[in-house]
This record gives sequence, C-alpha cells and structure tokens, in this order.
Amino acid sequence: MDSQQVMHPQRPVGIIGYGSYVPMYRLPSTEVARVWHGGGKGPIREKAVAGLDEDTATISIEAARNALARAEIDPAEIRAVWVGSESHPYAVKPTSTIVAEAIGTTPYHLAADLEFACKAGTEALQAAIGLVGSGMAEYALAIGADTAQGRPGDALEYTASSGGTAFIVGPADEALATLSGSLSYVTDTPDFWRRAYQHYPSHGGRFTGEPAYFHHIQAAAEGILAGLQARPEDFAYAIFHQPNVKFPQRVARRLGFTQEQLEPGLLSNVIGNTYAGAAITGFSATLDVAQPGERILVVSFGSGAGSDAFVWEVTEALAERRSKAPLVSDYIRRRVEIDYALYARYRHKLLVK
Amino acid sequence: MSGKVAHDWRLKGQRYRLEGEECPHCRVKIFPPRDICPECHKPAKEPYRLSGRGEVYTYSTVNNAPGGFEEYTPYTVALVKLEEGPMITAQLTDVTPENVKIGMPVEMVTRKLRAQGDEGTIIYGYKFRPVLQA
Amino acid sequence: MRDVAIIGIGQTPVGEHWDTSLRHLALQAALNALHDANIEKVDAIYVGNMLSGEVGGQEHLGALVADSLGMSGVEALKIEAACASGAAALRVGILAIASGMLDLVLVLGVEKLTDTLGGETTAALALAADAEYEVSQGISFVALNALLMRRYMHDYGWRGDDFANFVINAHANALNNPNAMFHRRVTPESYARSALIADPVKLFDASPVCDGAAAVVLAPAEYARTLSPAPVRIRGSAVATAPLAVHSRKDPLALAAARLSARRAYEMAQITPQDVDFFELHDAFTIMSALSLEAAGFAERGQGVRLALEGDITLQGRLPVATLGGLKARGHPVGATGMYQVVEAVLQLRGLAGENQVPAACIGMTQNIGGSGATIITHILEMA
Repeated sequence: MDSQQVMHPQRPVGIIGYGSYVPMYRLPSTEVARVWHGGGKGPIREKAVAGLDEDTATISIEAARNALARAEIDPAEIRAVWVGSESHPYAVKPTSTIVAEAIGTTPYHLAADLEFACKAGTEALQAAIGLVGSGMAEYALAIGADTAQGRPGDALEYTASSGGTAFIVGPADEALATLSGSLSYVTDTPDFWRRAYQHYPSHGGRFTGEPAYFHHIQAAAEGILAGLQARPEDFAYAIFHQPNVKFPQRVARRLGFTQEQLEPGLLSNVIGNTYAGAAITGFSATLDVAQPGERILVVSFGSGAGSDAFVWEVTEALAERRSKAPLVSDYIRRRVEIDYALYARYRHKLLVK
Repeated sequence: MSGKVAHDWRLKGQRYRLEGEECPHCRVKIFPPRDICPECHKPAKEPYRLSGRGEVYTYSTVNNAPGGFEEYTPYTVALVKLEEGPMITAQLTDVTPENVKIGMPVEMVTRKLRAQGDEGTIIYGYKFRPVLQA
Repeated sequence: MRDVAIIGIGQTPVGEHWDTSLRHLALQAALNALHDANIEKVDAIYVGNMLSGEVGGQEHLGALVADSLGMSGVEALKIEAACASGAAALRVGILAIASGMLDLVLVLGVEKLTDTLGGETTAALALAADAEYEVSQGISFVALNALLMRRYMHDYGWRGDDFANFVINAHANALNNPNAMFHRRVTPESYARSALIADPVKLFDASPVCDGAAAVVLAPAEYARTLSPAPVRIRGSAVATAPLAVHSRKDPLALAAARLSARRAYEMAQITPQDVDFFELHDAFTIMSALSLEAAGFAERGQGVRLALEGDITLQGRLPVATLGGLKARGHPVGATGMYQVVEAVLQLRGLAGENQVPAACIGMTQNIGGSGATIITHILEMA
C-alpha cells in the first residue's frame, strides 16, 4: 500500500469531546430464537432497543450533549453538525438541524445528514476532520446513530439495535485524542441495501462476509498501518465494525490484533449492532478506559461498501474530561429486559392502523 | 394531517432547551416564559436556560390518552419541580410507574412527544428521567 | 345595581343522547325554562358551552339558539370558560340585568360531547388546559386531577378509599333524580374495586362524559314576584381566576380561584360559610370536591375529605353536597354543568327536590370549576 492514501489534515486535529447513548431496553437473542426457531440462542447475548419515544434524533441529541459536556466549549463555536444514519426519522428533513437546535449550536454552521449504512458515522467524522483540519472551522460535530430495523425472522433481527456516538473534532492542542491519520476505502459492493419506501433491509447472505466486511476492513486497516508504518503491537486498542461478535474477532486475528486489544471496544454481545453507531460506540467505550500515550485503531465498515480507518493517540486531557459525562458502561448497566412482544411494539412491528 | 407546524416550531427554544426567563428585578427564574414576572409583576424578558434538574412533585399514569398520544400508553406524567424554582408539566420516560416516587431526582432529556400522523411532522421536546447513575 | 332573581328553570335528562342534536337539547331546556317562567320572549340569550366547535363543528351558538327558539333578532351570545361555561353565562346574564340594561334574560348551558370518539373527546376536554405547556405533553384531564390527588394524599396522609363517600353520596342522591345519568348505587366495595384510570384516580372518582342542557330565566328581583310564584334571588355571584396551568400555581393544592370567588360571593351575600344550607360543588373528580370544600371555607386545609368520611355531606348532614347526584352521578355535560347546579339549587330552595329535599333549605351555594381550577364561579341563591 502506498502511504499517500493515508489522509492528513493541514493542521493537527483531534477529538476534543465524545459522548454516547444507548437505550435501556434489551432484547435477549433467546427471545428472537424462541419466536422464530422454537428455542436456542442467537449470535449475541442481547441487543439494545429504542423506546417508543426514541429515534435517531433523540439518540444523537443525548450523545451530542455528552460530547459537549466533555468538550467544554460554547456550542455556538461549532461550524458543522453532521449526523450519519440509515434510520433518519424523516426521508426529507435533516436530523442534523433537530440535533443542532437541541444542543444550541444553531444557526451559523453546516448541517447535513449522511447515509452510508454502518459507515455513515465515520464518514461524518472524516468530514469533520477535513473541515477543522483545513482551518475552515475550529470545531465540528460528527454523529453516528441508528435505530436499526431487522426484518422479523431474519438473521439480522438478533443484532440490529439502537444507539449512537458523537465526536467534536477540534485543534489537536485541545484534544483528548489526536489524529495520526485516516484512510477511506470504498467500492460498489451490494452486500446489504434497503430500497426507497421499504421498511426492512435486504442482504446478500454469506456475500456480506468475505467480499464485503472482511475485504473492506482489511484493505483499510492494512492501508493505514502501512501508511503510518505502524504494527498491531503499537496499539493499545483496536475497534472494528461489529455486526456481531465473530466478525470483528476474526478480522482482528487476521490483521494480527489480540482479543485484549479488542476487549473494551467490543460491545456487540451486550448492545447488538448499532449500525452507524457501532464502531464509534466501541471507540467511545475504549476512550472511557484509555490512558495518555496509548494508540487506538478504529476501522468502520458500511455496506455498499466501504471502510474508514483512523489512528488516534490519547492525550493527558482525557482522564479529567471523561468524567464530565456518562460512560458507555453506565448506559450498558442501565438495562431493562423486554420480551419479543414488547420489542415488536417498541419497534413498530405491530399493525396498529 | 400536517399539524400545527408554526405552533410547534415557535416553541422549539422551550421544548428543546428549556429556555425560560429571569426577572431582572427580583431574579426569579421563569418557565414557561411569560414576559411578566409572576412574583413582582414587572416586565421580565431576560432569557434564562434552565438546567433540567429537578425532582418529582407528583405523578400519574395515562392509560386513556388524548388523540395523538394513543401509541405511547401507558405513560407517566408528572409535575417536576426544577431546581431553579419553576414547576413544569412533563412526561417521565425510561421509568416504570411502580418505581416513580414523589421527591425522586430527575433530569431533562429530549424525546419524541408525538408525531402528527404518518405524514406530518415529528414533535420533539423535554421529558424527564431518573438521574442517570454514573 | 339591581338584584336579580331566577323566575324559571328547565333541563333535559343528562346522558348519552345519541339521537338528539345540540340544537335540540338546547331547545328543550330553554323551552322548559321559558314555560316554567311563563314567558315567551326575553331580551337576551346567553349560551354557556365549551366544545360545540371542537366536538360538533358548530360555533356561533348565540344566533343558533335564538333562531331555534324563534327569537331571531334578540341579543344572543355564546359564553365560554371551559367547564365553567354554564356559570359564566349565568354571570353575564346577572350583569346584564343588575346593570339595568336588560330585564329578561334566558341563560342556557348546553353540551353535546358524544359526537366524537374517546380519544378525540379526551383531547377536546384537554383544551381547557394550557395547550403549549400541558396538553402538548400528553396530559389528559383525568391525569391533571390525578397529579393533584396524588400530591394531596401524599401531603395529608389520605388513602384512596377515603374519597369513597363523595361517590357513594352522589350516586345515592342521583337515585331520586329522574334527570340524572346514573341510577345505580355505589357501595364502598364497588368503589374499592373500581379500575384505576390514572393512578390514584379510579373510574368512580371521575364524572362521566355525557350530553345535556339546563336553563334559567332571569328577571329583576324587584318585580320577579309579579312574574313567578317562587322566584329565587341571586344573593352572591363571583368569578375568579387562577393561572391556567397547574404548574404555574404557587400552591397547586389550594384552589385559589375557588377561595377568591367564594369569598367575594359571601361578601356580596353578606353571609358566612356557616349560613350555607347545601352546596352544589363541582365534583368532576373527588379531589376537586375536597379542594373545593377547603377553598370555600367548609374545611381546613387538607381536611376536605373528612367531611365525606364523617357523613357531613349527605342529605342529612351538616353540609349536603351533590344533592341531586352532582357531576359524578347526575353527569357532567361540561358547559351545561354550571346551569344544572343552579337549576338543582332552585329546586331545593323551592322545596321541590322530592325525596332529596334538604330540610329547611334557605341558602344554597353552587360552584362551577373551569379547567383544573383556572376559572371558578360561585353563586349564592336564596328563596326570595
């Protein structure tokens, strides 16, 4: 791989605030198995389910408020609010302006919604890095959040879940984690899609594995490691997109990362696949425990398909600022188990009109 | 039905950010904004953003909802005494009614209040939940 | 200022009048009142109503009722103050005659609630609350009362069942009222079994959604006797307001507007609460009964429930309330309710309350509450 494929902003940037949100309801995979297979269990223990009054906008708002609490900046200094999701509440009308108005950044900034399946959140992060890195903006807010819908009975129903994470990107000297470099890798690969006006997505079954998830993540990860002349052992932690538990573990092994490096950021067993929120919520949980000087690799994957890879280095500022908002583990601990019937109601799978 | 678009839009400062007022004369905090101080009755239009922290003054459960809220039943409504003084009518969210108590500390979150049918706007606003245990 | 008297009363039965329109309910009550007063024409018609527009798609009830009665040309207006619309219309009629501007006034309260379905009706009734800061939160009227009842029980240590006698008394009294919606007894056991509709409010704590109309004819007291053998004088009349939203009231458990309007009415009538022989209170919910008794000076703060517990509110008690069933059992056709209270008070004062006659009833008081207590109207009536 050519190191020129790694992107570097014109000025050093980093994450100056981060925050997540995970809804409190949990659907054990045994419930899906009970209803559709007469028993057994699925690929994860349980997934997070949004309540009746939650959606991508409300999840984004709480994540963004947590990021702002850690950033300790005036929201009016933010010049972009980008929300990446495949479950924006409106087909036309930005989620980002709802979020922006709620957190008080409006009106002088960019705002838009992004869609790239599970990579929409890291796409927003790349854009924020570009905007701040170019000097056009001092701060930019990037969010990835979803209330993902799996077709009832489909394999994805075990995992499709709700949650999200927000990052405020700013100058490196204010950062909790500085950016060493990033890389994006995309191709036209139809492994998973949802046509307009369709409620549930479709996917290519086993085609979602090697040609899609593994190919893109490996290419992006290998590219950024080569470009930065880094090896897996240089990292304290690595986070890969996590549609389940097995895929990120397998891709980590192939790339030479250990289970220990994955551990703090591998959340899919207990919250499911939060889609645009997945890799970045894993990253958020990793920042919750990381120490100054530690390096972190983050590689997302979005169907369609592509991966964004980032290398971060934790600064001294993190330890003090992370206590200013709830940790991901605080949300994971806040847990109310529901059965399939309540899940069907909360996720609007019941025909009520 | 598209609902009362301008009506809801006008209220976004209050619904999203608990924007109230502070009386410049007696410093009382006011929510909802009313432009006249309820204590000293002088003009009071200085914007003041409430913290969103408070405690449950009283609560109940709505089983028979007014039109537009049916899909959310049963839900908990409450009067919340904000720490700055004003009382506010709001739903409690992320609770089961059995676990709600008078005096329970709560914090503001932004949630979906309702949607104006399948084609209208989605209305977001303040609700309160038990203070997150960190 | 001239004294004002009631020279005729009329009402329709309260209930679910599926086959009767608002216009015909109004007409029936109005004609009954005009017939009772033995007159055919009035100088003005004031129609108390809350929801004709929202529920029936019909506003402009003044002209509608005047036309229905064949009195087109007469002054006629709709008066609205939520559930206190009936008493508000009476207040306007009294002002008109007391001022000397008019001589004969027909005051009518009418409500037709059963033309919409449950959720729509619940939403319509919630229009009495603050649209921007109460209704928008999904609050219902039942829930607003539940909020007050919960805090009242918390602050004063009452249990849900302590409110039972308000309901038992109202239903017992309605048994002998042919115009009442319910003719069935409530026992302590059936009250206790009643379903929670908004904890701690039970179904039996709440008054029913229904239709009805009631009317009176007003005339100057100075020559009421020449028009009627049994005129009833209006000794006190007062309207008071409190903040629209419960959350804006400094003391949510004190019905400030009830206290003010009762005090003003007592002053006007030059009486004290001890002089009141019976009280048609606004028992839309049992908690409202308790708060109203306290605000009107019949009980100490937090002790309104005690009057029910100790039997003071029965027909034989110290202060009979809901003597013909009240809102709970006669029914609560919202904008008509204030007029039903007055019509029933007149029946008591005329000695025509039958089995339910309050012995030696001389002075009766009515209190009509709009919303959760934002408009409260008190009237004191006495046999002329």
